Amino acid sequence: MSVKTFEEINEKIRSKKAVVVTAEEIIGIVEEKGAAEAAKQVDVVTTATFGPMCSSGAFLNFGHADPPIRMNYIRLNDVPASGGLAAVDTYIGATEASETRGMEYGGAHVIEDLIAGKKVHLRATSYGTDCYPRTEIDTFITKDSINEAYLYNPRNAYQNYAAATNGSDRTIYTYMGVLLPRFRNVTYSTAGELSPLLNDPYLRTIGIGTRIFLGGAQGYVTWNGTQHNPSRLRSENGVPMQNAATLAVAGDLKQMSTRYIRAATFEKYGVSMFVGIGIPIPILDEEMLRYVSVRNRDIYTFIYDYSIPSRSRPPLTKVSYEELQSGTVRLNDRDVPTAPLSSLRVAREIAGVLKEWIAAGQFLLTQPVAPLPSTASPKGLDVVGGDER
Amino acid sequence: MKPELKSATKRIKVFLRFPPGRAGRPVTYHLVKDFDLKINILRAEVSVNKGELVLDIEGRSEDIEGAARFCGEEGVEFHTIDNAVEWNRDRCVHCGACTAVCPSGALSLDRRDWSLVFSAADCYACNVCLKACPVRALSPGFDGDPIAATD
Ligand code: SF4
Ligand code: SF4
Repeated sequence: MSVKTFEEINEKIRSKKAVVVTAEEIIGIVEEKGAAEAAKQVDVVTTATFGPMCSSGAFLNFGHADPPIRMNYIRLNDVPASGGLAAVDTYIGATEASETRGMEYGGAHVIEDLIAGKKVHLRATSYGTDCYPRTEIDTFITKDSINEAYLYNPRNAYQNYAAATNGSDRTIYTYMGVLLPRFRNVTYSTAGELSPLLNDPYLRTIGIGTRIFLGGAQGYVTWNGTQHNPSRLRSENGVPMQNAATLAVAGDLKQMSTRYIRAATFEKYGVSMFVGIGIPIPILDEEMLRYVSVRNRDIYTFIYDYSIPSRSRPPLTKVSYEELQSGTVRLNDRDVPTAPLSSLRVAREIAGVLKEWIAAGQFLLTQPVAPLPSTASPKGLDVVGGDER
Repeated sequence: MKPELKSATKRIKVFLRFPPGRAGRPVTYHLVKDFDLKINILRAEVSVNKGELVLDIEGRSEDIEGAARFCGEEGVEFHTIDNAVEWNRDRCVHCGACTAVCPSGALSLDRRDWSLVFSAADCYACNVCLKACPVRALSPGFDGDPIAATD
């Protein structure tokens, strides 16, 4: 069994000799050459996803005005941003809706406009302090006029996700798109065999400090994502069949592209943001090679009826991504059309860009400085009185 | 114009707007009876202030022209629709969310490269896709007020 280290692979990348393929391409290579030979020949496999990821946002530092202000009420193009940090720091959450345009424009749109280089209207007020006497400011900023602007997304790149349908007799509007009544459609939101965390199911090579493609720039995995839950049901190949691991990621917004970060509005649900993420997986040994060669037919998820307003809605059926991607799935003895919400076309593009970066010696792999938790059990939120617990 | 083209049949979508107070006139009846058009009503909205119809019509070119003139004489605006839906390809991220609701199959994903494909000829002009597109890459292709998507 061949064994490579991160350092050996990076040596090859530096000398532009690394063999890099995408998580879709590796499948054919393994078929042709067998796992042992493929593990020897291939150094890195690139994975990617481009889908709506609500738990996203950006930290900004505006710089100090003269006289200075300690901002506590902050609006960017009428979208509320946090006034809960230091004087001119803020966090703008992707899903925050505009006070004047509602969910047609939100935090994600502000982020997209900043990336596009557009002027953004900043209004802020303060109660005024001895050291920050100014009480209001009304001005325009761009990504170049401010200090830091970095994306920090607390939960991205979900390892698998439940598919959605609607058994009620009215159309429902959800973050899984528009779901037609009486089980007339099914939506899903994963890139399947190309999706990052489905190719490294136990997160052997992805951890804190892993360098990634984020929104068109180089970014990093900074922590486990919120609701990270590796203790989910897995199939024999180790791949979780439910929403499992998640990542917190960060990267320089100023270097990103609106091609890979795109604001979204889900009708009657709210604002979200398409985030493009690519993660390189080093083929350290044959085991990693086996993981990255997983196919859509061996990756499963469950379909849920999103019209049931309970966190413990029962699954309707189990399906593979091969079935979901085929365009119809069998549900209640009927063929029901499926539609994705995450773009496989853009995900493929990202996997291709990352592959080029690595092949050209511009992107080195990082060994995680610490692993992500391998077990967890997220809690629900129960309604309790103040004197309980 | 070449004479042989004049008798060719074609199938187009049209948008008719009735002025206030005229919505009750039997214009579609005349279009069928006097101009021998095959008509499929895709959308109809009639209220006190206005009447709007989106029709799929099939007939000989000169009859369609005649129908347009007839509508003009009746004070009814007659617009041909090339594209019931305007698809902004630069904005589109090819996610496929619109294909989940499109009843006609006019919006579909090419499963080889997962690009969105829009076939204007198949479109019913129902407008349900407009609000299903999360990046607002779809807009009405003509200036009729979009009718809100309903169940
Ligand atoms: S208007 Fe209706 S039929 Fe036409 S593309 Fe949109 S959803 Fe499909
Ligand atoms: S929903 Fe919008 S962005 Fe997505 S494929 Fe359809 S038109 Fe393109």
